[in-house]
Amino acid sequence: MASTEEIRTELAAIVNEVAGVAVEDVQLDKSFADDLDVDSLSMVEIIYAAEEKLGVSIPDEDAKNLKTVGDAVAFIERAQA
Amino acid sequence: MAQIQPSSGAQYARLMSVGGARGSRVVDNAEICTMIDSTDEWIRQRTGIVERRWADENETPLTLAVEASRKAIERAGITPDQVGAVICSTISHFKQTPSLACEVARELGCAEPAAFDISAACAGFAYGVAMAESMVRAGQATYVLTIGVEALSWMLDMEDRSTAFLFSDGAGAAIVGPSDVPAMGPVVWGSAPEQTEVISIDSWSDVDPGTNPKIHMDGKKVFRWATTYIAEKTHEALAKAGLQPEELDVFIPHQANNRITDSMLRHLKLPEKVVVARDIVQMGNSSAASVPLAMEALLESGDAKSGQTALIIGFGAGLVFAGQVVTLP
Repeated sequence: MASTEEIRTELAAIVNEVAGVAVEDVQLDKSFADDLDVDSLSMVEIIYAAEEKLGVSIPDEDAKNLKTVGDAVAFIERAQA
Repeated sequence: MAQIQPSSGAQYARLMSVGGARGSRVVDNAEICTMIDSTDEWIRQRTGIVERRWADENETPLTLAVEASRKAIERAGITPDQVGAVICSTISHFKQTPSLACEVARELGCAEPAAFDISAACAGFAYGVAMAESMVRAGQATYVLTIGVEALSWMLDMEDRSTAFLFSDGAGAAIVGPSDVPAMGPVVWGSAPEQTEVISIDSWSDVDPGTNPKIHMDGKKVFRWATTYIAEKTHEALAKAGLQPEELDVFIPHQANNRITDSMLRHLKLPEKVVVARDIVQMGNSSAASVPLAMEALLESGDAKSGQTALIIGFGAGLVFAGQVVTLP
């Protein structure tokens, strides 16, 4: 099972690829929309890529609650457990 | 027992021509933002659209389809009386019958072509091309006029700031006819019946007299479907044609949204040399007309050339999709 930091690193790589955000900016306390300027369409792509690469399922109703990087990492950790 | 003579046609079919007609009215983002609560920057960032074309007061799906068809017929070097079938894809012809295809045939002065409409929304042109290819090879028609036409500005929900800026009006037409060499790959097409509600237009029986049905779309669901499933189908169309990505010259996806195209490209990993249609920037999303309009624009600008190998793919309301490799006319 991946650690919090491993998941954050993988997620940072995805956010970088999809939205061009520097990986070092993708920290747990950052809001996707407000701090990283990730819009709703990029979020759809990030969620899909996270499902593919991290082997989890993130239903739409959960995805809309993932406001920060920390929210997403915590959700993925729980889903992998 | 009687011996029935089956039909037989050309060994291969090809796109002989393409022609387009765009709504005359240029509507830029500044004008759209006087009608909806949005900004030029937001629209460009989400979709790539800078301006779109709407029909003026004299233009209808019929006039646009006829204008595009005349160009396609002339460029194919045939005459209207040689057209053996007219397939018209539209979701904005307001009569159940007669079909728009029959009205187009009348205006063009065709003789007695088979004529009918199909409803496959943004995949409509690719659906029509696939059917035309089969008809030519089966001997059911020698020259098939295949049209995609919409006037979606008539059905915009101006209260919906997620779709009102997106759609546009235009027509694209092509003649599909016989070929001595293979010039169209197998179609990859289908539907997603569990997603019928993702994009829809109101039923006429549900709208107030004097008003038009409105388009509704769950953009995020479409985005996800297009950037994942449809990207895979694009690969499949290439593989079915027996081609490697390196052999492709031009990629003409339905002009739904530049962000969808960007995401598809990330999944597809096409070589950099492949020319990608971006007609949406100036045209908006014209549904069934978007692929032939984009094809015509690329050929007219010189970014694509006759004889090059292109992959077309349409996807939209249904949900439905269709894609295939073609040699550009």
